[in-house]
Amino acid sequence: MAENNRKLDDDTSRAPVSQRGHTVARVADTADIGALVSVNIDGQDVKVPMGTTILEAARRIGVRIPTLCWHEDLCIAGVCRVCVVEIEGQRTLQASCAYPITAPLKVKTHTRKVRQARRHIIDLMLSEHYGECYSCARNNNCQLQALAQEYGVDFFRFGHPAAPRHEMDLSSHSVLRDMNKCVLCRRCVRTCIDLQEVGVLEAVGRGDQTRIATFMDKPLKDVICINCGQCINRCPTGALRANDPTDEVWAAIDDPNKHVIIQTAPAPRAAIGECFDLEPGHALTFEMNTALRLCGFDKVFDTNFSADLTIIEEGTELILRLYKALVEQDKSVALPQFTSCSPGWVKYLEHFYPEYIPNVSSAKSPQQMFGAVIKTYYAKLSGIDPKDIVTVALMPCSAKKFECNRPEMCDSGFKDIDYGLTTRELAKMIREAGVDLPRMPKSDFDDPFGTATGSGVIFGATGGVMEAALRTVIEIVTGLKVENVFANADITPVRGFDGVRVVEIKVPQSGPVPAMFKHLVKDWKWLEGATLKVAIAHGTANAKKVMENIKSGGELAQCHFIEFMGCPGGCLGGGGQPIPTSPEIRAARARAIYSEDQAYAVRKSHENPAVLKLYKEFLTDGPCGHLSHKLLHTHYTPRGKYIA
Amino acid sequence: MLVTERERLREEITALADRHGRQRSALIPILQEIQRGHLQISDYAMQVVADLLDIHPVEVFSVVSFYSFLDEKPKGRFIIRLCRTISCDMAGKAAVARQLENDLGIGFGETTPCGRFTLEWANCIGMCDQGPALLVNDQVHARVTPEKVHEILAACRRVFGIYAQEQKEEHAV
Repeated sequence: MAENNRKLDDDTSRAPVSQRGHTVARVADTADIGALVSVNIDGQDVKVPMGTTILEAARRIGVRIPTLCWHEDLCIAGVCRVCVVEIEGQRTLQASCAYPITAPLKVKTHTRKVRQARRHIIDLMLSEHYGECYSCARNNNCQLQALAQEYGVDFFRFGHPAAPRHEMDLSSHSVLRDMNKCVLCRRCVRTCIDLQEVGVLEAVGRGDQTRIATFMDKPLKDVICINCGQCINRCPTGALRANDPTDEVWAAIDDPNKHVIIQTAPAPRAAIGECFDLEPGHALTFEMNTALRLCGFDKVFDTNFSADLTIIEEGTELILRLYKALVEQDKSVALPQFTSCSPGWVKYLEHFYPEYIPNVSSAKSPQQMFGAVIKTYYAKLSGIDPKDIVTVALMPCSAKKFECNRPEMCDSGFKDIDYGLTTRELAKMIREAGVDLPRMPKSDFDDPFGTATGSGVIFGATGGVMEAALRTVIEIVTGLKVENVFANADITPVRGFDGVRVVEIKVPQSGPVPAMFKHLVKDWKWLEGATLKVAIAHGTANAKKVMENIKSGGELAQCHFIEFMGCPGGCLGGGGQPIPTSPEIRAARARAIYSEDQAYAVRKSHENPAVLKLYKEFLTDGPCGHLSHKLLHTHYTPRGKYIA
Repeated sequence: MLVTERERLREEITALADRHGRQRSALIPILQEIQRGHLQISDYAMQVVADLLDIHPVEVFSVVSFYSFLDEKPKGRFIIRLCRTISCDMAGKAAVARQLENDLGIGFGETTPCGRFTLEWANCIGMCDQGPALLVNDQVHARVTPEKVHEILAACRRVFGIYAQEQKEEHAV
C-alpha cells in the first residue's frame, strides 16, 4: 500500500521532494480503513487498526510520549506540540496525538531532534507562564510543572514573566481564572464547548495576541457559566481553580462561639483517597468522619440524610403531578418532571431552556435542604442559636458554591449553607491539620441524622437519583418489596455511563397507601398497569440532546421523570473532585459508590428512620406540606441566553 | 441600544441567516454583511448570530476577534489600511504614513473624533510590485505618494458633502 501511495505522488506532484505531500496521510483504498497496519515505534513493531494515532499506538506498547493539550475526554487539538515525534522519511516533526496512522511507519520518540524540540516548546510555554509554584493551587499536581521537571528545565531560555500581566477574574462564586498561568492548550475551550455545550471560553485574538477569553471579555459572573467546574478538572496548570473558602472555614472552626457543622456528600468520600495517593475507587467515608472531627468540626452529618429527604419530597411532587395529569386530567401540569439536585444543570436550564422551569422539581438539592433543616430543626433540638451555627457542605462540585450563595436560599432565616467546600479543598484542610486520612480509624456520623441509606449514597453516580426514587416509588405504590422486583434492589438498567438512558417500568399492581401519603391520594388504582417512563442524562451536552428532543415533541417528551446531572458521570465526575479525571477514574469511583450502597442495612429512602422522625416531629404536615414547602422547596430564575 | 433598534437588527440578521443558511459555515458571510451595513458587529449582533446558528456567542466573538476586517467596536466611515510589509516599506511607506498621520491628525490604530476616518496598518495586501499600497475600505490604491494622500482623503471627504471638503478633521468637539 505504501508503494502504491508513493507511485501516486511521483506521477502527479510537481513539487520538490521536500515539499511533497506526505504519502502516509493518504489511504490508497478506503477499504483499508479499519484494517490493521503495522508501525515501528522505537524499534518495537506493533499492529494497530488504521486510524489509530501514533500516541495511542505508543501507549499500547508502553512507550511514553509526554502530552499537555491531549485529554482523554476531549477531542484532539494538537496545539501544544509537546508530543512531537520523528517519522522516518518526513522532514518535520509530527504531533503524535493528532497523527492517525494510515500506512506503515517508522517512528522515533526521543531522538535528539525530538528532545530538543520538546525542550524548546516547554521553554516557550514557560516564557508566557507566570509560575509562582509555591502559592499555586496546583503545586505538585501541575502538568506543566511535571513536564519542566521531566525535561530538566534549569533556566528560562526564552525568559519568564517576573510579574503577573493579566488581572485575575475573581468575580465568580465558583470558578476563578488566572490567565497569567494559561498556556493556551485550549482544554477548557474544548471542555466548555464540546463536552459541556455551554460555551463560556474560546480562544480570542490571533497569533501572539491569542488569549482565552469569555464573551466580550466579561467577568465570569456575567456570562452564561453554569459553574460546573469541568474546565478546572481539565486545566493542566493553575489557570482555572475553584473559589476556595477554607480560610473562612478555619476562622469559623477557631471561633469558640461558632458551632461548625459539616455535611459530607457521597461522591467526595469515594474520591478523596486520590488526594492521598490511593488508587481511585477507595471510599473513605468513615475514616473521613474521624479526620473531620480532628480538624475541629463540631458535628459531622451525612448528606445522604437529606438525599433521602429529597427523594421523599421530589417523589411526592412527582406523584402529585402524575395524579393531576392522569386522574384530574389537568393539562397545565408540567411533565416530565426534571430533577433539581445538580446546580450546574439547574443554571444550564435557567439559561438555555427557561420555558421549562415549571418542569423542574421545586424541591431543593440535598445540600440546601440539609442547611435549612440544620438551622431550624437541629438548632431547636440542640438548643443552639442558629446565628451561631456555621454550615459547611463538602461537595464534589464547584456549582454548589454558587448554589449556596443564591439569594433565595435563606429559608431558615439565615444563609442555609454558609460555605461549600470541594473535595480538593477538604483534602488540603485535612493535610493542614496533620491528619493522614487513609490511616484514620473509622467512626460514624453524628446524631440526630446519623443513620443513612444506600439510596442516598448512590446520588453520587449518574442514574443514582433515579434508582433511589424508583426504589421508593415502586415500594410505596405497589406494596411489593423492591428486592422482589429487581434482584438485590439493584435497578441496573438505570446505571452505566451511556449519555442518555431511557428505562420503562411497568406498575404491576397497586398496594395500600402508606400513612405518610394518605392525605394526598386515596389509592393507587389509577397507576395500576401504567408504565413509568424515565430517562437519565449526564453532562449538559447530553442534557441538551434530551431537551431538544422534548422541545421537538420527540420520544422523551413522553417521559414522566428525567434525571439530569450537570457533569459527565454525575457528581463523582464533579468539578470539585480530585484532578485528574478520566473515564476509568470515574468508573472506579462509581464502583466505590455502588459497593458502599451494598453495605448499608437500609437501602431505601422512605425507610430512613431519621427522615421518618423528622416528618413525625417537625414537618408534621407531611411531604410537600406547608412547612416543607417553606423550608425544602425553592423557585428558579429565568435567565435566558442573552447577556447585557 | 433601544428595544426597537434591537428588534430591527434581529430581523435583519434573521434575514441574513435565512439567506446564507443556518449553519456554522454561514458565519463569516453573515458577519461580513453585518460589518458592511453597520461598520461594526455589536455584542448584541454577535449573540443574535450565535442564537440563529446554534453556536455560542463566544465562538462568534472568537471569529470576529480573529479577522482584522471584522470589528466589534465601531470604526470610522473610511478605514485606511496602509501596507506595512517589506516591499511597501522599501517603496517609501514611511513618508506616506507620516502624511496620513499629519493630514488626519491621528496615529495608527486610532479613529478621528468625528468618526470619519480610521487609520490602521495592514499586512501584505498583494500589491508588492506597486507599493506603497493602501486600502480605503475595500478600494486599493497603489503607488501612493504623499501628494496622492491629499487626493485620496479629499475624495473621501467629498462623500460627506460640499462643506466638509475643505474642513480639516478638527478635534475640538
